[in-house]
Amino acid sequence: MEVKNAVAGTLESGDIMIQIAPAETKGLHIDLESSVAAQFGRQIREVITETLTGLGVEDASVKAVDKGARDCTIRARVTAAAVRATGVDVWA
Amino acid sequence: MSSIKEREAQVRAAAAKMGKGTYVEGEPKNGTFRKDLQKESSKIVTLEEAIRRSGLKDGMTISFHHHFRGGDKVVNMVVAKLAEMGFRNLTVAASSLSDVHAPLIEHIKNGVVTKLITSGLRGELANEISHGLMEEPVVFRSHGGRGSAIANGDLHIDVAFLGASSCDPAGNACGYSRSENAKSICGSLGYALPDAQYADKVVILTDDLVDYPNTPNSISERNVDYVVVVDSVGDSSKISSGAIRDTKNPRDILLAQTAAKVIINSGYFKEGFSIQTGSGGASLAAVKYIRESMIEKGIHASYALGGITAHMVKMHEEGLIERLIDVQSFDKVAAESLRKNPFHKEVSANEYASADEPGSAVHYLDMVILSALEVDVNFNVNVLVGSDGIIRGAIGGHPDTAADSALSIIVCPLLRGRIPCVVDEVTTLITPGSTVDVVVTEYGIAVNPRRPEIAERLKAAGLKVVDIHCLKDMALKAIGNPDPLPFGDKVVGVVMNRDGSVQDVIMNIVD
Amino acid sequence: MMFVPGNNPGMMQDAFIYGPDSIMLDLEDSVKMSEKDAARLLVYNALKSIDYGDTEMVVRINPLSSPYGKKDVEAVVKAGVDVIRMPKTETADEVRELEAEIEKVETRLGCLGRTQIMAAIESAEGICNAFEIAKASKRMMGIALGAEDYTANLKTQRTPEGTELLFARQTIIVAARAAGIDAFDTVYSNLDDMDTFRKEVELIHTLGFDGKSIINPRQIQIVNEVFAPTAKAIEKARKIIAGIKEAEAKGSGVISVNGKMVDRPVVLRAQRVMELAIASGILTKEEAYE
Repeated sequence: MEVKNAVAGTLESGDIMIQIAPAETKGLHIDLESSVAAQFGRQIREVITETLTGLGVEDASVKAVDKGARDCTIRARVTAAAVRATGVDVWA
Repeated sequence: MSSIKEREAQVRAAAAKMGKGTYVEGEPKNGTFRKDLQKESSKIVTLEEAIRRSGLKDGMTISFHHHFRGGDKVVNMVVAKLAEMGFRNLTVAASSLSDVHAPLIEHIKNGVVTKLITSGLRGELANEISHGLMEEPVVFRSHGGRGSAIANGDLHIDVAFLGASSCDPAGNACGYSRSENAKSICGSLGYALPDAQYADKVVILTDDLVDYPNTPNSISERNVDYVVVVDSVGDSSKISSGAIRDTKNPRDILLAQTAAKVIINSGYFKEGFSIQTGSGGASLAAVKYIRESMIEKGIHASYALGGITAHMVKMHEEGLIERLIDVQSFDKVAAESLRKNPFHKEVSANEYASADEPGSAVHYLDMVILSALEVDVNFNVNVLVGSDGIIRGAIGGHPDTAADSALSIIVCPLLRGRIPCVVDEVTTLITPGSTVDVVVTEYGIAVNPRRPEIAERLKAAGLKVVDIHCLKDMALKAIGNPDPLPFGDKVVGVVMNRDGSVQDVIMNIVD
Repeated sequence: MMFVPGNNPGMMQDAFIYGPDSIMLDLEDSVKMSEKDAARLLVYNALKSIDYGDTEMVVRINPLSSPYGKKDVEAVVKAGVDVIRMPKTETADEVRELEAEIEKVETRLGCLGRTQIMAAIESAEGICNAFEIAKASKRMMGIALGAEDYTANLKTQRTPEGTELLFARQTIIVAARAAGIDAFDTVYSNLDDMDTFRKEVELIHTLGFDGKSIINPRQIQIVNEVFAPTAKAIEKARKIIAGIKEAEAKGSGVISVNGKMVDRPVVLRAQRVMELAIASGILTKEEAYE
């Protein structure tokens, strides 16, 4: 699915800010900044990838600035950014 | 034989028999007005002279106190001078080190300092050391453990450099000043007292040289070799101002209310109890609720111990706490109170918390509220190393008070952002679980199975007592399983138990 | 009932630790237009993932007449919310419209009848229609007063004494009781004035409200204290409930305590006392019904 630039989320504690941009090369390119990267970086990347793939976004450049968000928040923010980037909503 | 002249032979004979000389009249008396004379005290020298005369050599151990906390200026000033004078291979044994001591990084890289002994490390220095900056591991001791080690010779100090807010030409020094020229205040010098007593040479650095006698004194002239006057020993504003501000953070309030309920229903909350609390938001707020209950029930405490805060001073002045025992003043109100009030007693680290000092105050302590970075399912506590493997705290009196009090209460949130505070195994073992009795979190209270009677009392009071494994499971359910930390194979820190044994080591972290 | 802004993950994830009876995640006034979509997703994911324990979960949606309302309904019903709170309710038709929306989603999901409705009344017209609104749907579990919009609509403002709200409060109580549902009072926003807050809670407790809306965990303790039944009342309620059990055991329809017959309202009040004792944290569930 085509994406344009979009952002969702905040830099408040417990949140994550997701910026989506068109990818220069194929695939998902995730740039993660997180204070818990050592222990949760792998999981955060997984959640981002699964969520985007589930929404049909295969090629995009993603910048994530994490402030200790839990998985459900990451999923919500990635979905919001993807909806804004693709213009395709998840609700009927 | 009535004149001394006639007894001369006998005097000489008595002297010979005793192996002594005979009296010869000395210099004529000095008639100078004494206020002027004391200014010529031979102890007053420059820092460089003090270092030279102290006999300090490469490879020796120097010590410092941390009563100015983040406002300390002495460590950086003295080590910079030592570097300038070309010293190498020194061991820095401070009662604690913090963010402000980042300049030590350069001195370590340049070989001026090759070993650190401390209670804690923070900031960039801690970060570099965690990544393997030093060849020698840092030795960490609790405050009581440091006192013991200095007294029994495990930690030998060659020269102590101790900052003081006032000192007279003879060396009588205090953490406050009674003069009009007072520049700084830190209150108790409790962590400096073992150094003053046991170091081979003691140098006092002061920013207020006052007239003799600077009494009541904290450090006695008997223990002081040199007095160095400097512009500033510390920025007192970096010690909390002590304004009593109630926390508005609802999580802290919840933790505080729960901790207060634990104390009130513990069975130890009765006339004449003794207590120590920390300076964190939840701990301070807990004091507020304990105070309300003391007033309501007409209960008085015999003493409050430890880092004394403005809250404790207020309760003392209200008659709720009889005595204050102060090893470190946590704010300016406490420091001022120490200066003014004879019932606010300054104690050394040994009298505060040493295991081998039978009269140390912790032995008579009923309850202590402590914080934690992590608690594990065996009630072990870590207050030194962050969950990212980076050193970011201090042991302080944590293991000392937990071990010797009748009831130790750890207050910590279950989760800090995505970091769990109740875990399977602590990153670093600081306070053994056998000495920890209650863990208070916002999701419930866990009581060490060793103390079933406490669990019963808390349950009877309607408090939510849960198994500590449940707390850990709740945390993991909320945040997922953390990946293991990327530790290397170099030992960067050694944690000593207060009895002088080695308890744990800290490995380097790899990015 | 504690209000939590629907676009603030930090506050949403641990609101329940403070022990409110219910949490209302807000998609309406606390979320700006440009973030309605993001907040909806956040609330959806939070409801699906976070274990809120026994806490009743309420979501305040945007009006159905706005571009957001229907998507809000779809999201929160899918997420399994307990109660949808409809803002600015003025007529019974609006409730029925919401009911139809909920049914559409529930039918698709195969969980018809799961979601309850609470209507917030925030205008003079709504107050005039309070009873009709209260009995507009079998899904109605309560009605609530929204005082800020209501006082603006009346062309007045809130006072510490609450004189301007008296009619609305009593109307809501009467309507709720007539319809057999709960009545919830409005929020009090000045967190620095706990004394006035306590007086307001005492007033609405006397008026007969079932609960108070709050905006900060610091307000919970006062509500619990005011609503907490006395030890004497709990003891009396315990005896009455024991009497019921005894009657049930005997298969007798007549309940008696200390030899005196007990009327149905007395039984209901006893049950209410026990519920309040649990809600205020005086008794645990086990203790109340042992």
